[in-house]
Amino acid sequence: MNDMRMVERQVGTKPIKISGRNVQVYYGDSHAIKDVNVDIEDNTVTAFIGPSGCGKSTFLRCLNRMNDTIDICRVEGTITLDGEDIYDKKVDPVQLRAKVGMVFQKPNPFPKSIYDNVAYGPRIHGLARSKAELDEIVERSLRRGAIWDEVKDRLNAPGTGLSGGQQQRLCIARAVATEPEVLLMDEPCSALDPIATAQVEELIDELRETYSVVIVTHSMQQAARVSQKTAFFHLGELVEFGETGDIFTNPKDSRTESYITGRIG
Amino acid sequence: MTDVTVAEKTSKHASSLHQTDVRTKRRNASEARFRFYGLTAIAVGVFALIVLMASILSNGIPAFFQTYVIMNVDLKADVLDPKGNRDPDDIAKVMTFGYTPLINEATKTLVAEIGGEVPGLTDKMVNNMISREAAGQLRRFVLAHPDEIGKTVKFEFLANGRIDGYFKGRVTRESAALDSNVSVEQLDIADALKRDGHLETRFNFAFLTNPDASDQRPEAAGIGVAILGSAYMMLIVLGLALPIGVAASIYLEEFAKTNWLTDIIEVNISNLAAVPSIVFGILGLAIFINFMHLPQSAPIVGGLVLTLMTLPTIIISTRAALKSVPNSIRDAALGIGASKMQTVFHHVLPLAMPGILTGTIIGLAQALGETAPLLLIGMVAFVKDFPAAPPEGFFDPATALPVQVYNFTQRSDPAFYERASGAIIVLLIFLLIMNALAIVLRRRFERRW
Amino acid sequence: MPGGVLFLILCTISAVGYVMGRRKAVSVSGGDSRVMHSLLPYHGWNVALAAFLVGLSVMVLWSLLRLLFGFTDPGNNIVSVLSLAAALLAGWTNYARIERNYRARNVVELMMKGILIFASSIAIFTTIAIVLSMLFETTHFFRDYSWTRFFFGLKWSPNFSGNSDLGMLPLLWGTLYVSFIALLVAVPIGLFAAIYLSEYAGPRLRAVAKPMLEILAGIPTIVYGLFALITVGPILRDYFAQPLGLADSGSSVMTAGIVMGVMLIPFVSSLSDDIINAVPQAMRDGSYGLGATPSETIKQVVIPAALPGIVGAILLAASRAIGETMIVVMGAGAAAKLSLNPFEAMTTVTVKIVSQLTGDTDFASPETLVAFALGITLFVLTLGLNVLALYIVRRYREQYE
Repeated sequence: MNDMRMVERQVGTKPIKISGRNVQVYYGDSHAIKDVNVDIEDNTVTAFIGPSGCGKSTFLRCLNRMNDTIDICRVEGTITLDGEDIYDKKVDPVQLRAKVGMVFQKPNPFPKSIYDNVAYGPRIHGLARSKAELDEIVERSLRRGAIWDEVKDRLNAPGTGLSGGQQQRLCIARAVATEPEVLLMDEPCSALDPIATAQVEELIDELRETYSVVIVTHSMQQAARVSQKTAFFHLGELVEFGETGDIFTNPKDSRTESYITGRIG
Repeated sequence: MTDVTVAEKTSKHASSLHQTDVRTKRRNASEARFRFYGLTAIAVGVFALIVLMASILSNGIPAFFQTYVIMNVDLKADVLDPKGNRDPDDIAKVMTFGYTPLINEATKTLVAEIGGEVPGLTDKMVNNMISREAAGQLRRFVLAHPDEIGKTVKFEFLANGRIDGYFKGRVTRESAALDSNVSVEQLDIADALKRDGHLETRFNFAFLTNPDASDQRPEAAGIGVAILGSAYMMLIVLGLALPIGVAASIYLEEFAKTNWLTDIIEVNISNLAAVPSIVFGILGLAIFINFMHLPQSAPIVGGLVLTLMTLPTIIISTRAALKSVPNSIRDAALGIGASKMQTVFHHVLPLAMPGILTGTIIGLAQALGETAPLLLIGMVAFVKDFPAAPPEGFFDPATALPVQVYNFTQRSDPAFYERASGAIIVLLIFLLIMNALAIVLRRRFERRW
Repeated sequence: MPGGVLFLILCTISAVGYVMGRRKAVSVSGGDSRVMHSLLPYHGWNVALAAFLVGLSVMVLWSLLRLLFGFTDPGNNIVSVLSLAAALLAGWTNYARIERNYRARNVVELMMKGILIFASSIAIFTTIAIVLSMLFETTHFFRDYSWTRFFFGLKWSPNFSGNSDLGMLPLLWGTLYVSFIALLVAVPIGLFAAIYLSEYAGPRLRAVAKPMLEILAGIPTIVYGLFALITVGPILRDYFAQPLGLADSGSSVMTAGIVMGVMLIPFVSSLSDDIINAVPQAMRDGSYGLGATPSETIKQVVIPAALPGIVGAILLAASRAIGETMIVVMGAGAAAKLSLNPFEAMTTVTVKIVSQLTGDTDFASPETLVAFALGITLFVLTLGLNVLALYIVRRYREQYE
């Protein structure tokens, strides 16, 4: 824990982007998320930590309704984005996901060219009015994904031919190209080597300037390195939520303390 | 990276989630259209199945019913036993031809009895109302019961196919007026006979047991020989394809090392599974009939051809069944000193048996419905005699159920279409039973490891 | 003596061999079977199998030689003596070997393994027999009829008194035309059905629709043929071809094509279903996560990813369509024509194979032998499609493993 590089912390004055109230999630009969209340701020990296199976990924997938694709999954309570209930009947999940983008655990580039991978989102959402505009979006997104220099000469090569770290940055660029307001990341570094991990972490810190970023991570060091807020989940409950510094140095709940000192997990 | 700044905060997306923007509406409409195409595709498939079944059933069910005319026949001794000594050999000398006048007379009497005074009705019309099969039926009866000669006996004769078709809706008064084989007068008499209870339509068990009949008497045609022929072929396929298929699968799955021979075998099996069935017919004709001089139209040739066709199916499913037996079982047996062969035959094979049998039944069902190769090895011939009991019967001429269907459709009288559809119903019932058996086997004995 | 009797005698010798072998093993063991290397039954099997296999091989070899060289063996006398003598000799050899350390089990297992290998090589023999039987007669055919006229001839009119035109192109055209219409029906319907069932349908619809499509796959082709003949053909004739003045025959390319298409729907849908399911869920999640609708995901991510597999499936379906016989025999007609009108009766390669090889056939005339040339053409065509399709599908599977 000593080698943790704590990022600069500004004490929360930022507007709240997403808030969850009494959120319950059921998978068939099992109660996966129990009564979670959380406020996620804009321009902040929020980390969800906890032992495997604690529900942190499940909760993350509730934030852009990715759980809709699972038949047996049921969500109760309210989750709002900019004050609007995202589980309201009037909400089209497609529109929601354009605003709340997602990067997955395993890099999943489409079996298309690098260019088409990044252009996919802008195309379906109609963000570019011309080919030139689309080219510009692709370049900007690849730059923001910190992968432009590596791929600018082979934009027509298949995205699946890149290395694992490059693929994941491509996926981040792909998510960024849709110009979301919130970026959800589900253990984005778990399939990457340390160097690629460092690159992605640096990228996350930069993305904070434009987005609200929520990251699920297994690694407490990573949470400490990249996040300003941390939420600790245990057995489907949100045990503790607060400033990352506070959580790691001065946990209020004994379970949080046990976890960060390595006794449970 | 610095050129990307916080300033670019104006979202390109709709401001409120609670209002669907125009583009999303359009995309959702295209989504709905796409779903509709998918549902339509399924509906078309299901609709085709329903139309197919409805067509076969509505055309085929009448084949199971037949119209009979009930009458008393005077078995005149001077005609049937001219020598008067009741010697079976002498009675047998009277051919079918000699019995026809008796039936004609009986029919005439019957028509007169019910007061069938229809203008324009000729004797020939009256005679033609009864199936040509009737004389043979009468002769068989007399040969079996010589002591009935001289008495008057009550008989049920098949009505002519057109008269039968009239009661099934195939022949109408309008079509009869244009048809040289049936006349409106005959239909009037038929109506009168029915009214007085001398003519009735009832379940036709003979359809399942009778042999095929010639072009002129569709009413007597049955599928008995075809069912027996198919059964013989299935016995041969089962007796050959199951042991050979299992042996081949055991070798490939349990013993074969990866070498060129194994590779060639594997490639051959997967290709044979996709070779058009008619090619197997050419093989049967060239090898089994022209080269080995096995008899044409015989179940043995059909069975051999179908065996070769079914083998890949059985091998593929047997290998899947063997593969699903976990290696821990093999290790356990080998670990206590069993030989590889003992392991396979004592442990792996019994555990894979339900899967093997399921695959075999499905292979047999495929073979039962196969037609094209059998046409080439002469099974399409007209066969009126039942084959003998196996094993000699395997070499007797026979036909098969699907080939009999094809055979019926090649006749000119439309009454045979009804027979063809009826034969298909029987075929489908057999297939249904076999598939149900396969499903039951799989459900009962399926093991989850 | 007849072959059946000979076979029965062989079986009896083997049975006696089993009893004798076992009995000798018992006496050698002196009542304690543990001193033997192999279990007692193996000693019996050892004798029985040796006699049976050797005797049977002699029988089979003999009949093969007889067929190949055409000599006669009246009353099967020579083969009876030869095979029974060989069987007795082989049985006796193994019987004489029985002693405590004799490894009967290993010998039996070796013989069994031989049987297993023989069973698996039947696949090879079948292929060789198919190729040889057709090649042999095809060379006969090309001796009487020039191969250029066969492969490039535009006219098909066999004439059993000689001087026939046996050009294959009209038949090939009919085959390809019918197959094309069949694929036009089967591919969109099968593909959409597979997509709907795997990506949209709830468990209830799947539980009903899937078995229904599978029933369609289990129906024999003769049933489809009859359906074409008595239902589809007349409907197309009465409501389309005649009112439009296109043709007035129930048998037509359209009739056969549509019915064959229905037959292929389940084939295409089940193959596509497997292939679509092989596309990893992560791919779909990636697309949904970007705000794509399910149909956009399918059209732009799933289908392109599955494309090689789907192409393979379509090729397999095409091969099926080309080789299909009963539907075209009963639905397409018998007149060889090079026409574009789909409501006209045309004929196919398989129809002509059937018509040239049924009824009275004379294996010396080119009119009969042409069927073998057609057969080998069909075999090569479908084999090529299958090999290509299997290659593509295998490459596709490896991509996601």
